[in-house]
Amino acid sequence: MGERILMKGNEAIGEAAIRAGCRHFFGYPITPQNELPEYMARRLPEIGGAMVQAESEIAAINMVYGAAGAGVRVMTSSSSPGISLKQEGLSYIAGAELPCVVVNMVRGGPGLGGIQPAQGDYWQATRGGGHGDYRLIVLAPATIQEMVDTVQDAFDLADKYRNPVMILGDGMLGQMMEPVEFREQTVSSLAEKEWATTGLRNHPGRRNVINSLYLQPDKLEEHNQHLQRKYAEIAANEVRYEEVDVEDADLVVAAYGTTARIVRSAMEEARREGLRVGLIRPITLWPFPVEPFARAAERAHAFLSVEMSAGQMVEDVRLAVNGKKPVYFYGRTGGMVPTPEGVLAKFREILEGKHNG
Amino acid sequence: MAKVFERPKALADVVTHYCPGCTHGIIHRLVAEAIDELGIVDRTVGVAPVGCAVLAYDYFECDMQEAAHGRAPAVCTGIKRVRPDLIVFSYQGDGDLASIGTAEIVHAAARGENITVIFVNNGIYGMTGGQMAPTTLVGHKTTTSPYGRDAKVQGHPVRISEMLATLEGPAYIERVSVHTPQLVNRAKQAIKRAFANQVEGKGFSLVEVLSTCPTNWGMTPVEALQRVANEMVPYYPLGVFKDIDAEGEDK
Ligand SMILES: Cc1ncc(C[n+]2csc(CCOP(=O)(O)OP(=O)(O)O)c2C)c(N)n1
Ligand code: SF4
Ligand SMILES: [Mg+2]
Repeated sequence: MGERILMKGNEAIGEAAIRAGCRHFFGYPITPQNELPEYMARRLPEIGGAMVQAESEIAAINMVYGAAGAGVRVMTSSSSPGISLKQEGLSYIAGAELPCVVVNMVRGGPGLGGIQPAQGDYWQATRGGGHGDYRLIVLAPATIQEMVDTVQDAFDLADKYRNPVMILGDGMLGQMMEPVEFREQTVSSLAEKEWATTGLRNHPGRRNVINSLYLQPDKLEEHNQHLQRKYAEIAANEVRYEEVDVEDADLVVAAYGTTARIVRSAMEEARREGLRVGLIRPITLWPFPVEPFARAAERAHAFLSVEMSAGQMVEDVRLAVNGKKPVYFYGRTGGMVPTPEGVLAKFREILEGKHNG
Repeated sequence: MAKVFERPKALADVVTHYCPGCTHGIIHRLVAEAIDELGIVDRTVGVAPVGCAVLAYDYFECDMQEAAHGRAPAVCTGIKRVRPDLIVFSYQGDGDLASIGTAEIVHAAARGENITVIFVNNGIYGMTGGQMAPTTLVGHKTTTSPYGRDAKVQGHPVRISEMLATLEGPAYIERVSVHTPQLVNRAKQAIKRAFANQVEGKGFSLVEVLSTCPTNWGMTPVEALQRVANEMVPYYPLGVFKDIDAEGEDK
C-alpha cells in the first residue's frame, strides 16, 4: 500500500483495469493509445486472460459486446478515428444495456487529422455518438493518478447501470509519465449479472437473450422510456466535478482533462495579478455538472470555456449558465495545446473588457 | 409405440415468421437436432444475425445474443474467449456474412476461433426485400439488379467456403444443400460435425447451406428447390473444402 510508481498514462489504465477485475481486452492499434493494448498483451496472459487484436475497431467493439453479454468485465481502447468506427457497436451496447469500459485517447481531427492531443470528440462522446437516443457515461480525468482511480469507478458505474462508460483522455494524458499509487480496491457489492448469457446450466429455466431489437413501436418506446429513466437516475446521482477558487471568482473557467491543468497554471499567475479567476472542472462530461455552473452564475461576472477544440463543451456551459452571464470561449485545435500565457491573455481580455464596459 | 419424429428440444415451440417454403426453417431444425444430439443445449450460446433469421434468438431454446449486421463472428469471439466452456455458434445469411461482415468472418476463421458458423446462402437479401447479394448468381434479377446481375457491372458472386478454405485457421468447412431429403440428411451430419468439432476443441468450423427464398426469387417453393439444384449447385459445388481430420489421414 502507498507505493508510488512512475507510469505512462496508457499503461496505468491497463494496470488499473486489471486490478478492477478486467481480464479481457479487445483492441486495434492506433496512436496515441498503443501502450494500453501492448500492456494488456503482456500482462493478461500471465493472469489467465487475453488481449485479442481484432481486425478492426468495429470487430473489437463487437467482441466487447459478446464478452460483456457473457457477463465479464471488459475493455477496449482507441483514439478518435477508431472511436468513430466503434459507434455502431456502442449504440448496440447501449441498446442492449451491456456494461463495458471504452477508452478514447483523443487526437486531432477531423478525418485522419493528426496524432497530437485534442478534445474534439467531446460532442461525439457526450451525445451518444452512434444512432438512437442513448448516453454514455463519460469520465475525463486530468492526472494519471485520477485516471487510475477513474478506471475502477468506470467499471463499477458500468456494472451498476448496465451502461457503456467512456474514459475520455487525450494524447497527452496517454503518453506522459507521472507517479501513481494503486490503492487497495474496496470490493464493490454489485449485483450478480443474472442476465448474462452464461449458458442455461448457470440459470436453469430462464433463457437469457442479449438484444436491442424491438420491432413493435410501443415496445421500443417502452424500452426507450426505461433507458431515459436510467439516464435520469445517473444524472441525479453520478455527477462528478472539482471546483477551484470559485467562491470569489469574477471569471469562472470551465476546462477538463489536460486543459484544466493548463488553466490551473494560468490561474495562479492571474491571482498574482489580482484577477479573480476560478475553475469548474467537469470530471463527468456526461452527466454534465450543470448545478455548479448554475450556482456560480448567480455571482460571477463571466464564464470561459477553454478547450482543445473549436468550441464544443462551451455549449454545455451555455446551457448550464442559461443566459444569465456571458460565456466566452478559448480553444486551440489540431494538436496545438493552449499555453498558460495564451489562456491568461484571454482572462485579461475578458476581465478588462468587463472593467471597460 | 416409440415416437420417431418430434420437435427437437433446442427448437422453441413457437410460430416462426419465415415464409412458406423457405428453407431457413429446415436449417433451424437441423441446428437444433445437432444441439440436442450432442447434449449441449445448457451450455450453448447462439448469435443471431441481421437478416431474415434476425429473430432466431426466439427460436432456439438456449441463451442467445443478437449481433449487429455482419458482426456475429466478432460477437462469438468475445463470448468464446471469455467463457471457453460455452459452445458458441452464429447463424448468418449471405448479406450478413459475405458482404458487410466479410472482415469479421475472414478473421474469425484466420484466428481459428473455436466456434461454429452456420452460413445460409440464398443468393439474395431476403429481409430487406430481394436486393442483390454478394452471392447472387450472374444473370439473376433482383430489385437492385433489375436487368440481371452483369459481371461487368456488379462483379462475380463470392464463393465463401472456397475462399475461407485457403486459410490455415479453419478446422472444417463444408458446403451442403437442403433441396432433397438425402441432402438434408447430409447437411444434418455436417452441422452436427461442426458443433462436435467445437466440443472437441478442434477449432473454427463453418457449414455453408444453400437455401431458398421463394418470396424474393418470385417462385413457388418447389421451383425454388429446383433452382438450387439447377443453378446454384453448379456455381456453388457441394462438398468438404477443409477438414483437418482428413488432412491427418492423408499423411
Ligand atoms: C448496418 C446495416 N446495414 C443494413 C441493414 C439492413 N439489412 C437488414 S437485413 C439485410 C440483408 C440480409 O440479407 P442476408 O444476410 O442475405 O439474410 P437473408 O435475409 O437473406 O436471410 C440488410 C442489408 C442493417 N440492418 N444494418
Ligand atoms: S424473405 Fe426469403 S429468406 Fe426471408 S423468410 Fe421469406 S423466403 Fe425466407
Ligand atoms: Mg440472403
